[in-house]
Amino acid sequence: MARVEIRGISKLFGEVRAVDHVDLETAEGEFLVLLGPSGCGKTTLLRMIAGIEEPTGGDILIEEQVVTHLPPRMRNIAMVFQSYALYPHMTVYRNIAFPLRTRGVDKGTIREKVEWAAGMFGIERLLDRKPRELSGGERQRVALARAMVREPSVFLLDEPLSNLDAILRASAREELRQFQKRVGVTTIYVTHDQVEAMGLGDRIVVMSKGSIRQVGTPMEIYHWPADTFVATFLGSPPMNLLGEDDILTGFRPETFLPAELMTGDGDVVTYPFEVTWMEYLGAERLVYGNVGEKSHARHVVSRLPGSVSLPIETGRTYPFAVSRRDFRFFDRENGLRTDRSPA
Amino acid sequence: MRMNGKAGIAEPGPKPGIQDHSGQLALFMIAPAILYIAALIGFSFVMAILYSLSDVTTGDPTLRIVGLQNFSAILDNSVFRLALKNTFFFAFSSQILVIILSRIVATALMKEFRGKWLARFLIMLPWTAPISLGTIGWLWMLDSIFSPFDWILRYVGLLGSPGALLGPMQNLYWLGVPGLAMASVIMVHVWRLLPLATVIQLAGLSSIPRDLLEAAEVDGASPWRRTLEITIPLTLPIISIAFLFGLVFTFTDMTVVYVMTRGGPVHSTQVLSTWTFFKGIEGGDLAQGAAISLFLFPVLAGIAILMLRMVRKSEVV
Repeated sequence: MARVEIRGISKLFGEVRAVDHVDLETAEGEFLVLLGPSGCGKTTLLRMIAGIEEPTGGDILIEEQVVTHLPPRMRNIAMVFQSYALYPHMTVYRNIAFPLRTRGVDKGTIREKVEWAAGMFGIERLLDRKPRELSGGERQRVALARAMVREPSVFLLDEPLSNLDAILRASAREELRQFQKRVGVTTIYVTHDQVEAMGLGDRIVVMSKGSIRQVGTPMEIYHWPADTFVATFLGSPPMNLLGEDDILTGFRPETFLPAELMTGDGDVVTYPFEVTWMEYLGAERLVYGNVGEKSHARHVVSRLPGSVSLPIETGRTYPFAVSRRDFRFFDRENGLRTDRSPA
Repeated sequence: MRMNGKAGIAEPGPKPGIQDHSGQLALFMIAPAILYIAALIGFSFVMAILYSLSDVTTGDPTLRIVGLQNFSAILDNSVFRLALKNTFFFAFSSQILVIILSRIVATALMKEFRGKWLARFLIMLPWTAPISLGTIGWLWMLDSIFSPFDWILRYVGLLGSPGALLGPMQNLYWLGVPGLAMASVIMVHVWRLLPLATVIQLAGLSSIPRDLLEAAEVDGASPWRRTLEITIPLTLPIISIAFLFGLVFTFTDMTVVYVMTRGGPVHSTQVLSTWTFFKGIEGGDLAQGAAISLFLFPVLAGIAILMLRMVRKSEVV
């Protein structure tokens, strides 16, 4: 168990600032998710923590010890790669044993530990197979077992679920979370998938263009986004933003509902909503359309739960409303959330 | 076109040609290769077998079968036995050197450094020149009297003065002393096959996913362990192919030895390919020449089969 501390870390690839002066600190045993679109620097940050990428500036501390320029093998970290990076010429047993052999652990202990790690991920019966004889889900478990076998102080994962199909991904997510809670190892997890981030993270770090935009619990990030980037990157469909002068008004699609459903809700703002397009998704309906006349950004989305069976047709206008407490305001200039509401 | 009354029957399109019959087409496409192999390899191979069992010479080309007489005759010849030994020594030692050196060169060329293109160009250069010309160049470089290597050795004081490390004589006589002649021939042959082996090794090295080496690094493996346990095992099939190819090539090629030493001094660099030439073509004994050239056929066929297996194995990984 260990804390990871990142102090003003930067990475330049030629002229490109992949990571730009990032400060970050994990709590002990925390599950921290780095979330952002591709190219935002999240993987580069993870690779610098692992030690396979050398930072251009700044420091990395693991267990209060500066490791910035130490090679990976001197950091006691484990990493699971997106491709799993299993050694194709070794059996599953030899794959899992590899990190122990590099440390000169004796044969008996290796056998014991490999069996323990394999048991933890339910892959005991695969120990004699080669990676190419395994399914995607099995490979992922072998990669996890190989990472965990030496009980690292920090566990790094680079999009480990992106190569699994949708059904497997959901169950793998659940298993990963339970396993992490049980072992209690500090975990840093990189993903571009907001569902994974929300479901797994104790805290989420939202990154864009090499910098951190917000750090917070899934609840904070979703309900109180720090800026318009976070507001529109999380949630599908993203938060609606209405431009009114220098302040933008934001509200989540699921808070934008037909006015007749909002009668008990005291303080609401009602808009005439001209429906232009509708998607029926089973559990919910997405209604696209325009509100207001004078504002600049008029396009908004409403997300109606499947239980709302009000008939809605495209081309017609309905009164839709938002509860005032669901409004979030952002400064148009810098995109940051603000307490000022439009006049 | 207008549909006529018979609904469901399509208008006849263009007539099917040979391109529509995959069987005929395959035969047509493969025929040149078969003709080529049959005429240029199959025919001469059959002739070689026939000759080796006969007593044909350049002076008397009538074919009389005499059985295995030629084989026992060549085995009785001490030059043949020496050439056989030399062939194996020449082939294995040059190929072991080629594999080790090409590995080092390929590893260096995988890295980024200034002037990399120049280094790559220079390493590939021997492959672009006709081998006989390149070898003649080496012949001059290793000349008994004017060898620049001897100049350098004399200049740094390793040769040509009383008490010098390599002796007091003015020259080493690279191609005139048995051991040194063999070493020279091996060196030139290594120089010549290095480019190809380097290209093969480069292909092998760049086929290893970066992830794998990074994972090994994170798993605590030192550079040595990464080389021994990841890189070498993963490129072993392709290294083996490079090795076996070089081996077969060396067993059957005579250019370097023929141009540099003609098998001398006193047969110390004589190999089977040159001995075949001297016996069969220059000496006119076609039957014995054929027998010598066929002597290693079983070995070479075995290596070729092994090589094909390796190719298949390297595809699986």
